[in-house]
Amino acid sequence: MDTESSTTPAPLLEVKDLRTYFYTRSGTGRAVDGVSFTLKQGESLGLLGESGCGKSMTSLSILRLVPRPAGRIVSGQVLFRGRDLLRISEQDMRRVRGKEIAMILQDPLSTLNPVFTIGNQVAEPLRVHGVVSRSRLWERVSKLLSLVRIPAPESRLKDYPHQFSGGMRQRVVGATAIAAGPRLLIADEPTTSLDVTIQAQYLRLLKELQRESNLSIIYITHDLATLARICDRVAVMYAGKIVEQLTVEALFERPAHPYTEALLQSVPRMDRKVHRFASIEGSPPVVYDLPPGCAFAPRCPKAMDICRSESPPATRIGADHHVSCWLHEKDEHESHAAGSQERQ
Amino acid sequence: MSPTLLEARNVSKRFPVTKGLILGGNVGWIHAVEDVSFHIDGGETLGLVGESGCGKSTTARMVLLLERPTGGEMLYEGVSLQEMSGADLQRYRSTVQAVFQDPQSSLNPRMRVGDIVGEPLEVNAGLPRRAVRERVAEVLKDVNLDAAFAQLYPHEFSGGQRQRIALARALATHSRLIVLDEPVASLDASIRSQIINLLKDLQDQHGLSYLLITHDLAVSRHLSHRVAVMYLGRIVEEAKADALYAEPLHPYTKALIAAALPIRAGQESDEMVVAGEVPNPMDPPSGCGFHPRCPLAMPRCTEDEPALREVAPERRVACHLF
Repeated sequence: MDTESSTTPAPLLEVKDLRTYFYTRSGTGRAVDGVSFTLKQGESLGLLGESGCGKSMTSLSILRLVPRPAGRIVSGQVLFRGRDLLRISEQDMRRVRGKEIAMILQDPLSTLNPVFTIGNQVAEPLRVHGVVSRSRLWERVSKLLSLVRIPAPESRLKDYPHQFSGGMRQRVVGATAIAAGPRLLIADEPTTSLDVTIQAQYLRLLKELQRESNLSIIYITHDLATLARICDRVAVMYAGKIVEQLTVEALFERPAHPYTEALLQSVPRMDRKVHRFASIEGSPPVVYDLPPGCAFAPRCPKAMDICRSESPPATRIGADHHVSCWLHEKDEHESHAAGSQERQ
Repeated sequence: MSPTLLEARNVSKRFPVTKGLILGGNVGWIHAVEDVSFHIDGGETLGLVGESGCGKSTTARMVLLLERPTGGEMLYEGVSLQEMSGADLQRYRSTVQAVFQDPQSSLNPRMRVGDIVGEPLEVNAGLPRRAVRERVAEVLKDVNLDAAFAQLYPHEFSGGQRQRIALARALATHSRLIVLDEPVASLDASIRSQIINLLKDLQDQHGLSYLLITHDLAVSRHLSHRVAVMYLGRIVEEAKADALYAEPLHPYTKALIAAALPIRAGQESDEMVVAGEVPNPMDPPSGCGFHPRCPLAMPRCTEDEPALREVAPERRVACHLF
C-alpha cells in the first residue's frame, strides 16, 4: 500500500468509514454504515444500488447536507484534497460547496428557481464565489451556456426555466454546477427524468466536460446502461454498505458479490433476452431494522451460517476489486493456507 | 396465438388548443395520435414504445374509453367501440382493465385491499358479497399475495406488493386484455424482475393479452411479442420483438435502441446519438416527423410523409429508406 501511495498522486477524495445515522421514533436508521472509497482526479465512480441503499445519503454526507435534526454524521472522515470536510467550520464548508464540489440533482425543474431568469441562476455561483469580475460576468454566463449546448445563449439569459425543455433545463443545471470550476461533481440520477435520446445527448456532454476539465465525478444511479457510459469504477451499495467495488468491465464480466450478480441478472437488459429472470426474492431491508450479520443474507441463495451472525469485511480479490462477502473471505483464507503449505 | 382481440384502424386523436378563458378561440390542434393502426391477438403482448409526448398514453386511453378518437375506429372482437352500448359496453369495460405506473396513486389509501380488488366485481359483474370475497382471495393468490391481506390498507405494503394488488384488481373480472401503462417504471430493479416474471406467468395461465405502454426498451423487449415504435403521434416501425431488437430499421428505432444499450464509455463514438429534441406536436414538421433529427434525412423526407409499409412479413416501417 505504501509503495503504491508514493508512486501515485494522493487521491482527490478519500472517504473513510463514514457513518450517517437517522434518529427517529422508529429507532436508529443506519443509512450510511461504514462506507469507504477513494476517488482520483479525473476519475468517475458510480454508486449503484436500489432505493434506500444509502447512495444519495453518502453524497449528501460528503457535502454535509444530511437532513437535520433526524440525520447525523456519526463518525468517519471525508478527506478532500487532504482536508477533512467533517472537521471544518460551516463557513469554510460553504466555500467548498459549489466552488470545489458541485452537485446535480435528479429533477431539474425543482433545482431551478421558477421566478429567477436562467442567466441569474447560472451567474449565482460565479457571484457567490467571486470567480469573475462583474464586468465579465454575463460574458462568462453565456460561455457556460454555450458549453452545455444551449443555442444562441446571449438571447436566452433573460428567459425563465419554464421556457426551456426538460433536456435544456438539465443542461442549464449542469452549467450552474460547473460554473465555479469545481474539482468534483456529484450527479444524483441526473438523467432519470429525461427521455432516452436526450439522456444519450446529456451523458455524452457530461463525458466531454469531464475530459476537458479533468473533473472527478461521483455518479449515483440504479441504471446499468447509464452507469456503463459514464463510470470507470463502481461501488455497489446495499443497506448502507458498499458490498463490492470494481471496475465497470469487471461489473459486467465477473461480479463477485451474490447481490451484484443477482442485480445484473434481474435487470432487464437490451443486449440479451432471457425467458425468465432469476429474480431476487423478497425486498431490500429497511435501515431501521437490519438483520444481524450480512444484510443481504436473508435474500442470498448462497448464505451460510456465518453470514447470519457476522458482518463480512471487505476483501481484495483482484486489482481494483474489493468485495464484502464471506464466500470470498473463505477463498482468501484457503488460498493463504494453500500458499503457506506450498512454502513448507 | 388466437384471433385478433383488439384492432385500431387509422385512429387519430387531436386536442384543440384554445386561448383566453371565455371568448377563447381555437388557435390550433395538438396532433397527439395520427393515423395509428395496430392489432392485438389473444394471448399476445403488443409493446407501444416511445418517448414522452409520442402519443402512446393517449392511444392507451382511447383503448380504455377514457378518450374518444377524433378519427378512425377501434374494434373489439370485430365490433366498433363507438357503436357499443348497454350490455356490450359493460362487457367490454369488465374484460379490458388497466394497471398504471404508480400504485401509490392508483390505489385508494382509504380502502381495504379486499374492497379495492373487489370493486370491479361489484360494479361490472354485480356479484353478491360472498362471491366477491371468494374471487378476491383467488386473485390475490394468483399474484402471490396472502388472502389475509384483503383486510389491510395499501400503505401497509411495499411498492412491489402494491403493484401486485393493482394487478389483482385488473384480473378480478376475468379480463382478457390488460393495458399496462409503465407497469414497472416506479419499482426498484430487484422488484421489477419479480413483476415482469409475474406478468408472464399470468399471461401463460390465463391467456391474457397485454397492451404494454413503456419508454423502457429493455422492459418491452422482455415482455412484448410484437413492438410498435411511436414518434410524434405516429407508428414509425412495427415488428416482432426479436426482429426489431436484432435489426432495427427506422433511424429513430436505431437511435432509441443504441441509447438504451450499456455501452462502455469511450466506445460511444460509433454509436448513433440523435441531435435535437422532439418537435412541438402543435406544429409538426413537414414530411417525415423525424427528419429534423434524422442523420440519414434526404431532401424527399422534408416533403413526403412516408407511409407505414410492409417491408417484410410482419414488419412495417415508415421511412423513405425502405
